Order: sequence, then structure tokens, then C-alpha cells
Amino acid sequence: MLELIWLIPLLPLAGATVLMCGAGQLPRSLVAGIGVGSVGLSALCVLLTALAWQDNPAPYQLHLWTWMQVDNLVAEVSFYLDGLTLVMMSVITGVGFLIHLYSAEFMADDASFNRYFAYLNLFVAAMLILVMADNLLLLYLGWEGVGVCSYLLVGFWYQDPANGAAARKAFIVTRIGDTAMALGLFLLFAELGTLNIQAMTGIAVERWLPGDSMAVLATALLLGGAVGKSAQLPLHTWLPDAMAGPTPVSALIHAATMVTAGVYLIARTHELFLLAPATLFAVALIGLFTLLLAGFTALNQHDIKRILAYSTISQIGYMFLALGVGAWSAGIFHLMTHAFFKALLFLAAGAVIHCLHHEHNIFRMGGLRTRLPIVFWSFLIGSAALAALPFTSGFFSKDQILLAAYQLPGTGPWLWAGALLGAFLTALYSFRLVFLVFFGEAQTEPDRQPGWRISWPLAILCILSLLGGWIALPLAPVFPATGGHHPPAVIEWISISIPLFGLALAYLLYLGNQLSADKLVASALGRQLREFWHSGWRLDDLYDWLWVRPYQAICRSLRNEPVDLFYNLVVQINIAMHQGFSETQTGRLRWYATSMVTGLILLLGIVLGAG
Amino acid sequence: MMESLFYIAAFVALFSTLQALSRSNAIHALIYLIISLLAVAVIFFLLGAPFAAALEIVIYAGAIMVLFVFVIMMLNLGEAGDLRERQWLQPRVWFIPAILAAVLLAELLIVEAEVAAYTRGVEVSPKEVGLTLFGPYVLAVELASMLLLAGLVGAYHVGRRFIDRTGGGER
Amino acid sequence: MDGLQIPFEHVLVLATLLFTAGLVGLMVRRNIIFILMSLEVMLNSAALVFVAAGAYWGQADGQVVFLLILAVAAAEVSVGLGLVLQVQRRFRNLDMDNANRLRG
Repeated sequence: MLELIWLIPLLPLAGATVLMCGAGQLPRSLVAGIGVGSVGLSALCVLLTALAWQDNPAPYQLHLWTWMQVDNLVAEVSFYLDGLTLVMMSVITGVGFLIHLYSAEFMADDASFNRYFAYLNLFVAAMLILVMADNLLLLYLGWEGVGVCSYLLVGFWYQDPANGAAARKAFIVTRIGDTAMALGLFLLFAELGTLNIQAMTGIAVERWLPGDSMAVLATALLLGGAVGKSAQLPLHTWLPDAMAGPTPVSALIHAATMVTAGVYLIARTHELFLLAPATLFAVALIGLFTLLLAGFTALNQHDIKRILAYSTISQIGYMFLALGVGAWSAGIFHLMTHAFFKALLFLAAGAVIHCLHHEHNIFRMGGLRTRLPIVFWSFLIGSAALAALPFTSGFFSKDQILLAAYQLPGTGPWLWAGALLGAFLTALYSFRLVFLVFFGEAQTEPDRQPGWRISWPLAILCILSLLGGWIALPLAPVFPATGGHHPPAVIEWISISIPLFGLALAYLLYLGNQLSADKLVASALGRQLREFWHSGWRLDDLYDWLWVRPYQAICRSLRNEPVDLFYNLVVQINIAMHQGFSETQTGRLRWYATSMVTGLILLLGIVLGAG
Repeated sequence: MMESLFYIAAFVALFSTLQALSRSNAIHALIYLIISLLAVAVIFFLLGAPFAAALEIVIYAGAIMVLFVFVIMMLNLGEAGDLRERQWLQPRVWFIPAILAAVLLAELLIVEAEVAAYTRGVEVSPKEVGLTLFGPYVLAVELASMLLLAGLVGAYHVGRRFIDRTGGGER
Repeated sequence: MDGLQIPFEHVLVLATLLFTAGLVGLMVRRNIIFILMSLEVMLNSAALVFVAAGAYWGQADGQVVFLLILAVAAAEVSVGLGLVLQVQRRFRNLDMDNANRLRG
């Protein structure tokens, strides 16, 4: 079976090709069958691969063909299978399959059904190539592929220019990160001579001492790419706007898979990052600041999808924090559980939107607990996992991260405190969402109930969100072991109970109405804070002022092609001289006589002067 | 004493030339020009070139200038012509030509200042001129006659009155 | 009779003065007749130089060339006056500036 792992990315790719070629000519059911089936088959292959690999859990490399060979750059298309790859593949194909199935009902009324599944299959293929690649060049291929598919899918309803603008924003902001990553690739190749990940890390470990400036620079550039793709500070502004795409797209791309590509990259090249402690600390700090920033912002949103988007940014911040403090397995574990409950939340939100004729504002929903019971339970379980309430999957993963953060020598307790505040905020905003949407009075009535293709994926994801914490991931051989000493028990108790406090505060504010947030908000400071946090700490405005406007000013000033001025000047001088000279041809005899006399004078003068 | 004749004749020639070129009446200017030519003829006599002097008087002053007079009389410009000439001859039009001419004059005089020689003072008789003309220069004589023929034909053709007046096409 | 012995330089100076006078006349006057007259003045001054040179050398060559110059002047004047007639007929005046169709 292991020799056939090339089938895993090939099946969705073939599905995408077939759907693109047969555009508009295939019946809907066939399109859905191909789209969902290709990912389903791929998931089946992953399952068989996992079973086969269990017998002999050693890293497996499959070489397919040599992509290009120039001087000493040898780029091969070959796949590398180890525990980390297997975890990522399972998440991508498993959650992907459920989302594809969900989309079959969610997008049933859409006119571009075919195009949707083609893009979605292409995305899954690209993401699989990304995680299965054994060299950074093939990984970059997958990286760019998911970027393109994200653009295509965010701007899926392109007839509305706002969607196109959101898609462009996503692409451009991640492009900035991609450029940094490309520079990192160039640097690594120039320094180490190879882009094969395993070979590269081996050479790096021998050649570079920890703290080597080259290592720091290369990893910082890779971090730039990861920050862009994973929507961390400062390149996170695209993700809330990317919610313009269909909800299953948000679930798959912007919750479970693409945004985790950055986390995967850092985890895959962790040996390089271990050689650059400065970068690693930067990773942790970026994670910490992002999770706090996004947490505060999520508290002030009223669009259901934007709350979840900021929540995603925040949770990936936790993953970055985990990687930064050296808890690699914890980060990947959180990646997996996050995929489960965030996909669940997005799909449930999609169901809410779908059944409430496209209402997005949570303040116009309410009382859906009785009207959409399956969705309610999905949301409740998902939010519980998100808030890391005890014994959900999120609880286990987030707890590991908090404890690992605490144990970091030096700034550990500060990181832990920040992450704790983030956990409090997470619980607060997620249950604010639940209470506002599902309890209280119904302001909008649902006009339909979800079918089996929506309900079954929700149910499966509910089970995974609850029980996923007990899955043992085969990551031990991949990552170095983290510190073993246990923190004091009181730390553990605080970590466990803080989300419960968040839940309690949310209850008091939004359900029981013992406290009112309106009085706080009504004060002047409250209003300003609310505006500030609502706009994402005004970062969009900052970027607009800092980058977009100067760029547009430059474009405007270049619109008349000032560089051509020099060449135009030459032409102008030529024309002017031509006109000047033609003025001397007056046609008048006396003028010619005068000019002849002048010439004669000059000639005589030269002769006399020289003689 | 005889040398002073040369200087007198030179002065007359120069003065009358300047007058000729600054009159507004064409006939007056022509008369002055004839005087200038006669003065130059005197200079030729003084230089010992009687043949040249005679030719100067007979052909230059006697034929060419008379041709001028004929044409002017034929054109019959009258008072209107004089008026126009006076309008055209404002003092300010003399400035730049005067400056240029002065510069040119200066340059030429600088060149001529190095010449330190005297004319020989022998007379070259018409007989000698004739012998030289039809001896070494006989080809030039033929060419001159052809030139005169060309001038004749050209003058006749250019001065013709064309019947077709529109556009001025050549026949 | 014999010729005089005059400093050659003086003759040259006279000729130069006559020449520049003719040049000034050419540059200043607008009437075609006067332009032709200025040309005659210039030709005359050149002829003077030739005759004086012939007198300097005591040879007849100077006067021969003078004769040729005379022929040239005659031909030129006749054609020129024919042109004067044409200009007068066409433009009704003798302004030389009328004939400027060859301007750039």
C-alpha cells in the first residue's frame, strides 16, 4: 500500500480535472459524486496507508520522478511519509470528505455547482502535495496551489465586486508572506546546497551552531511565509474578509487546512528552528500577541462568521505559541482538535445561515435551540471544545500548550498568563455567540431544516470534537521530547478553571442578564474601546494608510510614465531643433545674403585666427 | 601730383557708390552708380589699363546701366515707388548690416595690411590684351560668347509675357 | 602714357570698401532693382582688383579677366531684369520679399 500513496493527491486532482473539463455538461448528481467521491476515496487510501504504516512505523520515502535538474539543484517529485505527514493527511482528507459531503447540500441551489467542486478538489490535491512533499520546492508548489485555490474560492461569487476584492486581499497579503518564504528557500539552497528537508536539516545541524545568523535569517524568512499563510500578526488581515466565500470553504480552507500550513511548515523544519532560538521565541511572541488581539476583536463582532474567523486566528496563535516554546507535539495535537471543532463550528454556522435565508448578524438571531436542534447541539459541543471545557478534545490540547508555555525558562509564566487571558476570552466570546444565537427570543425564523448531508457530517464532527482528545498521535519519533518536569498543581487547576469563569461571565451577561454589557459600552471609553476592538485594533486602517495609499500614490504618479520623460525629452529637443532650423529657411533673399555674410565673417575669422 | 588723382577718383567712386545705394529714387541711384563706374574707369586709366577703362565706360556704364534705365522707365513706378522705398529705408534696417559689414571690412583689411607692394606703372596696351585674349585665353572667349548666348535666350524667355495668368505655369 | 605707381594696398582697400558697400546694399534694400545694382557694385570691385593685379604684374591677364567679368555681368543683368519684369507683373510691386515660397 505504501507504494501507492501517490494515489492520495492524485484522486482529488483527477476529480478536479474531470470536473473542469466537463464544465456544464455533467448532471449535478454526477458532479457531486465525483467531487465528494474523489476525496472520499482519498480518505480511504489514507486509512489503508495508516494501517499499513502501523506495522512498520518508520519514515517512508517514495520517489516518483525528477522534476528538474539544473547544476546542483535537483528538484524531485517525491513524497515523505512519517507520523506528522500521516496526521496531516488524515485531517485533510477526513475533515475534507465531511465538508465535501456537506457542500453537496449547502451549494445545491448554486448555479456554479460544478466549478465549486472542481476548485475544492483542486485545493485538497494541492494541500496534500504540500504535506506529503519531501523537499521544500514541492512544498512550495503545494503552498502556492492552496493560495490560488483560496483566491478562487473566496471570490467564488465573483459577480459581487466586494468578494473579488476580498479574494484579492487574501491573495496579496499571503503573497507577501510567500515572497519571504521564497527568499528563505533561496537562502537555504545557497547555504546548504539542497532543498530536501531531511538532507537539509542534517547538513544544517552539522554546519550551523545554535544562534548562527544564517539560521536565524533563513528561519525568519520561513516564519514570514508561515505568518502570511496562517493569518498571524501582522499578516492576518485577510482572514476575516475571506469569509466572503461560501461557508464550507471557510470551514475547509480557513479553519482546518490551509491556515494550518504555516504551523505544518514550522513543525516540519523544526530542526532549523531549533538552531535559531531567537526566531523560535519570535514564533511564541507572535502567537501570544495574535491570540490576544484576535480574542479581543472576536468579542466585539456581530457577524457570525467573522467571530469564527477571529477565533481561528486566535487558535492558530495558540499553535504558534506551542511551537515557539518547543511543544511541537502539543501544537500539532491542537491543530488536529482545532480542525475538528472549528470545522464543526463553521459547518454549523453555515447551517444556521443556510436555514435562516442568509442572515449573518447574530443580534438578529435567537431561540434557535428549539428550532434547529441538531445545529444547536453541534454548536454547543463545538464551542465547548473551543473554550477548552473539561474533557473535550480542545481541553486536552490547549491544556498541554498552557503547561508547556509555563515551563519555558525565563518568560514562561508570562506567556502562560497571556495564554490564560486568551483562554478566558475564548470561552467568553464563544458562549456569547451560543447564547445570543440559540437562546432568547427568535427574531428570524428558519425556513427549512438541514438534510442528511448536512446533519451527518455535523454529527461525526461532534463525536470527533468530544473524543478526539483521546487519540494518540504517532508524533514521538518526529519531534524531540519536551521537558518532563511537572508544574505545580495549582497552575494546572487555574488552567482548567479559567474557561469555566469565561463561561460564567458569558452566562451572566447574555443569558441570565444579571449583568449588562450595555452600560459598559455606553460610556465614552467603552464606546471607543468597542470601536477599536471591533475594527480589529484598527490594523486594516493602519495598513491602508501605511502601504495601500503610498502604493496608490506611486501608481498615480507613474501613470503618466515619468521614466519616459527622459526619452520624450530627447525627442522634444530633436523636434525643437528641427523647427528652429527650419525657421532659418525664410525664403527671403536678403536673409540668405545676410547669413552668407555671417558665414563668410566666421570663416575668415577662423582662418585669421588659425593663421 | 598724379598720385593724388588716384585718391580723388577713389573718393568720388566711394562717395557716389554710397549715394547710389541709399537713394529712394531708382533713376537717381542709377546716375550715381554711373558716376561711380566712371570714377573707376579713371582709376583704370591711372593704373595703365586703357583698354579696361574704355570697356568699363562703353559696356558697363554705357550698356548695362542703360539697360537698367530702360527697365526702370518701362516699369514706370512713379511717385508711389519712391514713397514705398522711403518707407522701406528706415534707419533701423541699416544697423545689423552695417555691423556685419564693418566686421567683414575689418577682417579683410587685416589681411590686406600685409601687402607691401607698388603697381608697376607700365601701360598695358590694347594690342597686348588682344594678343593675350586670342592667344592663351581663346577658349575663355568662346565660353564667354556661349554665356552671352545663354543670357540672351534666358532674358528673352524669362521676360516674356505669359498668356495664361492663373497659377503661373511654365510653357 | 605710363601708369602710376600706386601702393597696391590702397587699391585693395578701395576695392574692399566698394565691395562691402555693395554688400550692405544687398542686405538692406528690398527693391529688386537696387539689389541688382548692389550686385553690379560688387562685381565692379572684384574687377578692379583684377585690373590692379594685372597692372602690378605688367601683364594683360588682368584685363582679360576683366573682360570676362564684364561678360558675366552683362548676362546676369539681362536675365535678372527679365526676372524683375516677371515679379512686377505677378506681385504688382518690386518687393523682393514676395518671392519666399521656398521657405522651410
